[in-house]
Amino acid sequence: MTLEELKDLQEKARKRRQGYEKVILVCTGSACAARGSSDLEDRLEGELIKRDLSSDCLVVAGGCLGLCSEGPLLLIQPDGILYTRVAEDDLRDIISQHLQDGKPVERLMYRSGEKICPRMEDIAFFGRQQPVVLENRTFSNPESLDDYLAAGGYRALARALADMSREEVADAVAASGLRGRGGQDVPTGMKWRRCHEAAGEAGEIPFIVCNADDSDPGGFKDARIVESDPHALLEGLLIGAYAIGAREGFVYIRGEYPLALKRLGRAIEQARDRNLLGENILQTGFSFDVLVRRGAGAFVCGESSALLAALAGLPPEAHDLYVDPTERGFRGRPTVINNVETLANVPRILDRGPDWFASIGAGEVSGDSVSGSTGTRVLGVSGDAANTGLVEVPMGTRLRELVFDVAGGAAGNAGLKAVQVGGPTGAVLPESGLDIELEADALAGAGVSLGSGMVTVMDRDTCMVRYARYCTDLLLEESCGKCAPCREGLAAMSAILGRITGGAGSTEDLGLLEELGSTMSECSICGLGRRAAVPVLSTMRSFPEEYAAHIDEGRCPAGQCTELIRFEIEEGKCTGCTACAEVCPTDAISGEPGETHVIDDQACIRCGMCRDVCRFDAVEVR
Amino acid sequence: MISVESRDMVDRIVERWGHDPEYVTEMLQDIQDEYRCIPRESLDRVARLTGVPVGRLLHLATFYSSLSLDPRGEHRIQVCMGSSCFLAGAPELIGALERALGIEEGETTEDGRFSLQRVRCLGCCGTGPAVAVNGEVVGSVRPSEVEDLLARFQ
Repeated sequence: MTLEELKDLQEKARKRRQGYEKVILVCTGSACAARGSSDLEDRLEGELIKRDLSSDCLVVAGGCLGLCSEGPLLLIQPDGILYTRVAEDDLRDIISQHLQDGKPVERLMYRSGEKICPRMEDIAFFGRQQPVVLENRTFSNPESLDDYLAAGGYRALARALADMSREEVADAVAASGLRGRGGQDVPTGMKWRRCHEAAGEAGEIPFIVCNADDSDPGGFKDARIVESDPHALLEGLLIGAYAIGAREGFVYIRGEYPLALKRLGRAIEQARDRNLLGENILQTGFSFDVLVRRGAGAFVCGESSALLAALAGLPPEAHDLYVDPTERGFRGRPTVINNVETLANVPRILDRGPDWFASIGAGEVSGDSVSGSTGTRVLGVSGDAANTGLVEVPMGTRLRELVFDVAGGAAGNAGLKAVQVGGPTGAVLPESGLDIELEADALAGAGVSLGSGMVTVMDRDTCMVRYARYCTDLLLEESCGKCAPCREGLAAMSAILGRITGGAGSTEDLGLLEELGSTMSECSICGLGRRAAVPVLSTMRSFPEEYAAHIDEGRCPAGQCTELIRFEIEEGKCTGCTACAEVCPTDAISGEPGETHVIDDQACIRCGMCRDVCRFDAVEVR
Repeated sequence: MISVESRDMVDRIVERWGHDPEYVTEMLQDIQDEYRCIPRESLDRVARLTGVPVGRLLHLATFYSSLSLDPRGEHRIQVCMGSSCFLAGAPELIGALERALGIEEGETTEDGRFSLQRVRCLGCCGTGPAVAVNGEVVGSVRPSEVEDLLARFQ
């Protein structure tokens, strides 16, 4: 395919999409898929054919629309009407009322209190967002190259290959101020330039690696970007490869995300078929191909030294990198490692210009230096938030705005207690600590890292000590075990936290935790170890009274630590329906039908099954 | 002793990855997919064909969470333990599954039908706690729904 043929293909794809009166986009992201959205898509297509509407209405199996807590989601374009929690039985109304009679179905729209929000932008969750990386989410099917082309895809690559030198591409990315989105915040353009120069000096062909395993447990945003727009990642990778002069690249991706793997594999095949990958791409003389490497399940592989070891087939243990991978990386050759989100930004920067990108967010670019952060940040909002899902906000958005306006605060009546920023190695901030801007330098000043872009909201029913223990145990399991501060420090911390949540902690334990934490932060080899004590230290700092209640009074204020709580059935509320007695695994609940039931505390194992099945909210935690 | 069929299978897998030591992890993943575990004898064979020491292969096989030296069950139940699912009640859910299956997390039932595993994140953070049965993800599973979930695979 030549550059001219690519233009032709883009034009044809655009025309084909314009031929439809209505486009119905069904969200097929992981969360909506877990709620059965692919069945919806099949059924919808069937219904449209049956009613002879399939030539006017196009069904698109789209990427992640973002509002996961309200899924499955359906978006009708060009009207922009968003339907939430759509079940198969709702499709009939959507077709006959909306598509045929032009009257949108009100009962399926998002509600904020009394207010009905018909369009995406009417919903506060979307109102504050600015999609750049996720701009195709309201348009394309991630498995369709045609859709990506119709949206202007591969235009940036064509421009780079036809009109720009390698240096000009790196310069443009540098001028945009783009900094790595994997947690290190390194300016991308500079990294590329450094690698290109190192390769030139060494006379070697460099490699480019996309780290799609950058995520913490619970850090789903990169996988969701791959799922939703795999060609954007490929195009960014191709442009990066051109800028540094690479001929071979790798995408290292987690095996636990089968959908992302499948769609990326498909996108690569499509790109090869169209000569967007392979020899002499677009007949410009540039050749590049990419190989997907599937991770076998190790959190530490997000760390660049461990990632390079994993690529080489070695045990993925972190080690000191005395030499930067841009000088000596994979197979000893200069190697650029970029995060998924970083690369997905690149085509947009080249397409619309570095100045456009630099004008978004809260950053300043002058010459080769960047202060603050330009562009946007894709974040995964999860936990107890009212609205959970994938969001993209301009850099510099205040965390408070994100948590309350976009995520809607904590769901239910408990109220918000804390927010953890950056996954299980992230700082846990109290509500009073939310007045910081989401921007690399401001966050670093506050001792916070956005890391993998996770924002986890916790309500008042969450025990901070138990949560700190959860993070510690998880990191202990994932520590590669290479260096003692991380390996032994986490084990010691876990034991101490176990004592505290078990009611056997002492005040000296707090001093020990502090000491362990500072040793781990200073002496661990890699970033995982250096950050591993952050959840413990930050919860101790912000919620000292909760640690004190566990230690001094043997009490868990949030009512979560099983060794410190008792379940009781409230007399006024219990109707004697026997549901709890039936599910109790230890037969600890007794009572006649119709009468208040009683829990035998000796036999109770605090499994919570009775609370789960009680329809009258009669099981109390004390 | 490794059987002839198994040896041929392992040989084919190693061949698929061009005998290249860089891809030993991929070879082990393929062996895991084939046998639901990494048989000890297969490690010797991979070592012989690739020149990678058995010690390193063992290191890899025990390092990665998706690889296992002991056979995993016919139906693989993976409970998401990412932070969002933890907050949504994944620990209680694991407890319910352990009681229903009569095994601890990380184990396989005696009849080899089910294995129960914690995983780091299934990527469905909006709909926790999430469980994947044989790779198919179900969201918002409550402890009281465990029996029904298992009954589908009985």
